[in-house]
Amino acid sequence: MDYTSAFRDPALCRGLLERLARALDAGGGKPLRFMEVCGTHTVAIFQSGLRALLPPSVTHLSGPGCPVCVTHDAEVAMFLNLAERDSVRIATFGDLLRVPGPDGRTLKHALAAGARVDIIYSPLDALRLAAGHPGETVVFLGIGFETTAPTVAGAMLMARQQGLKNFTVLSFHKLVPPALRALLEDPECAVDAFLLPGHVSTILGLEPYRFLAGEYRTPGVVAGFDPADILLALCLMAEQRRDDAPAVVNAYRRAVDDNGNPRARAVLEQVFRPADALWRGIGRIPASGLTIAPDFADMDAMRRLDLVLPEVKPIPGCKCGEVLKGKRAPDACPLFGKTCTPANPVGPCMVSTEGSCAAYYKYHLEG
Amino acid sequence: MSTATSPATVLLDCGSGGKASQRLIADCFFRHFHNPILSAMDDAARLDLHGPLAMSTDSYTVTPLVFPGGSIGTLAVHGTVNDVSMLGARPRYLSCGFIIEEGLDFALLDRVTADMAAAARAAGVLIVTGDTKVVPRGACDKLFINTTGIGEIIADPAPSGHRARPGDVVLISGSMGDHGLTVMARREGLSFVSDVASDSAPLNGMVEELLRRTGDIHVLRDPTRGGLATTLNEIAGQSGVSITVREADIPVRENVKNGCSFLGLDPLYLANEGKLICILPQEKAETALEAMRASPYGAEAAAIGTVLDPDDGPAKAGQVILETPIGGRRLLSMLEGDQLPRIC
Repeated sequence: MDYTSAFRDPALCRGLLERLARALDAGGGKPLRFMEVCGTHTVAIFQSGLRALLPPSVTHLSGPGCPVCVTHDAEVAMFLNLAERDSVRIATFGDLLRVPGPDGRTLKHALAAGARVDIIYSPLDALRLAAGHPGETVVFLGIGFETTAPTVAGAMLMARQQGLKNFTVLSFHKLVPPALRALLEDPECAVDAFLLPGHVSTILGLEPYRFLAGEYRTPGVVAGFDPADILLALCLMAEQRRDDAPAVVNAYRRAVDDNGNPRARAVLEQVFRPADALWRGIGRIPASGLTIAPDFADMDAMRRLDLVLPEVKPIPGCKCGEVLKGKRAPDACPLFGKTCTPANPVGPCMVSTEGSCAAYYKYHLEG
Repeated sequence: MSTATSPATVLLDCGSGGKASQRLIADCFFRHFHNPILSAMDDAARLDLHGPLAMSTDSYTVTPLVFPGGSIGTLAVHGTVNDVSMLGARPRYLSCGFIIEEGLDFALLDRVTADMAAAARAAGVLIVTGDTKVVPRGACDKLFINTTGIGEIIADPAPSGHRARPGDVVLISGSMGDHGLTVMARREGLSFVSDVASDSAPLNGMVEELLRRTGDIHVLRDPTRGGLATTLNEIAGQSGVSITVREADIPVRENVKNGCSFLGLDPLYLANEGKLICILPQEKAETALEAMRASPYGAEAAAIGTVLDPDDGPAKAGQVILETPIGGRRLLSMLEGDQLPRIC
């Protein structure tokens, strides 16, 4: 099977759209609000044109699934301050470069002012940077979900093996299941079903999501990223709602094992410990982040460089928090498209290409 | 190159204007570019041109200097030749300015200069005047090249970004994104992006053939930086029209698609260096496609869309719509800055 085109097949997608419409009709035409919690899904739904094809009774919400967007203002302020320090070299994935701090400054500004900031593609690149700059402390900005964290943990294990003394990680990693629970605990949250993130689930498997159906009677379907993958998941979600039979199921079997990736989880457990974390717009969520385990304290940038999260004021007018919780559509934010544009992003949802505001701005065709 | 008189690296002395400069010019630039106009060695080149002229300038900076499918040298010729051609002109002459960082490997400079000479020969243009500066280490990144091109306009009226009309068809001469992804993959050492090569090529021959066979072309543009999406948005804005394109009809090589998918990049925003967009009346579309396919650089030419009257909807003037393979419609908007590879 040709995996690059099979799941984009127009005829297959048309069939699934009809199946979705039938499930919705059989459910009495009751509107369905589904939320995806993965930036790649956000973009895939817009980019494929799927959003324009969904039945009118389906409302699509983008939840807290973009790692850049959920990074708290205080965390952004911290790494921006850090970039100004002498003898510190920041290693980061590219999409953090344009994230504005509370004062509007970004890593791009820091770079232009002479800060040492390197865009890397893998945490292993940061090890090479550390080896190449022994006089500097290399700080890898550990931002991402369960998908990214194991490779960071792997890099830390390699750093130890190589005896690198100047490689550190600023761990702002976040965990998806606790965020889903926080959303469901919010009385204002009206999500009928979750489209679960395909990449994160390759690590987690299904078990950490079971509470969705078990405790909250909310369907959760793990989905891939091609249009047919997403449509199949929507069909399953609508059918579970129709039958009042919520379950957590895997609709991305070609990539996700129901049991996830135990080896990757073992590496995570070796290097990190769950901890409370700050989410932009949501606030503190218990045990929703990863800090560095005591055994690896020497690689913990927080401890090595004596860092504390600065106090920051929320950005006036920015509704990213409500957008992330699905309470507000991007264009219902008073700043959207006016003072907040991709050229001059006020909030992080407009910065990252996977942010819901940026995707809306970039792809949404009015009318 | 290694002659007794040439150092292995370029030194500041080579830009002094003295004997070291003259050796660099003779051993490298004159040796490769030789033609009667340049060889006159006067302060300016004497040109023989007729009628309305097209002129364009561009400065080339690329890391790495050499990549699969070309080098900064081929780009410096093709980029400017293509820009001049897009006005419906026959490019004739190029100037070139080299800004060299001291310590540049002489063999690399020689290779790049040889590439420029070969590209100019293949495009049928002469490099008739030039300048060399050598700057201290750190003042530039290895090598910057500026070229200015001048040519005779052979189209009347000349194609322009302002001339797209509702009902016109949008053609492209081949696959999108090859150059942008190749350079990024090489620069960043992305080993998983394999078997890609820049499409760097001269388009003046194709343009002449297009003009000869179709007569009037409304718009000719080469989608370089910012790619197809950006250039179409520029045209829609300049002409006060909307444009709709069909994603399924836009050729993108499979390995470019896969590399982009992995990095979270969109090939429609990646630079091309040997492709053109041609917008002209519907009835001339087939003739134009035949003309493009007759060129060695246009085998995959395709009709990808139509120009719309914004008053008829669904998009506003200046907007570009993409019809996706599954039948959805969305904006294909202009990017703010470079695409940045994502965190997963």
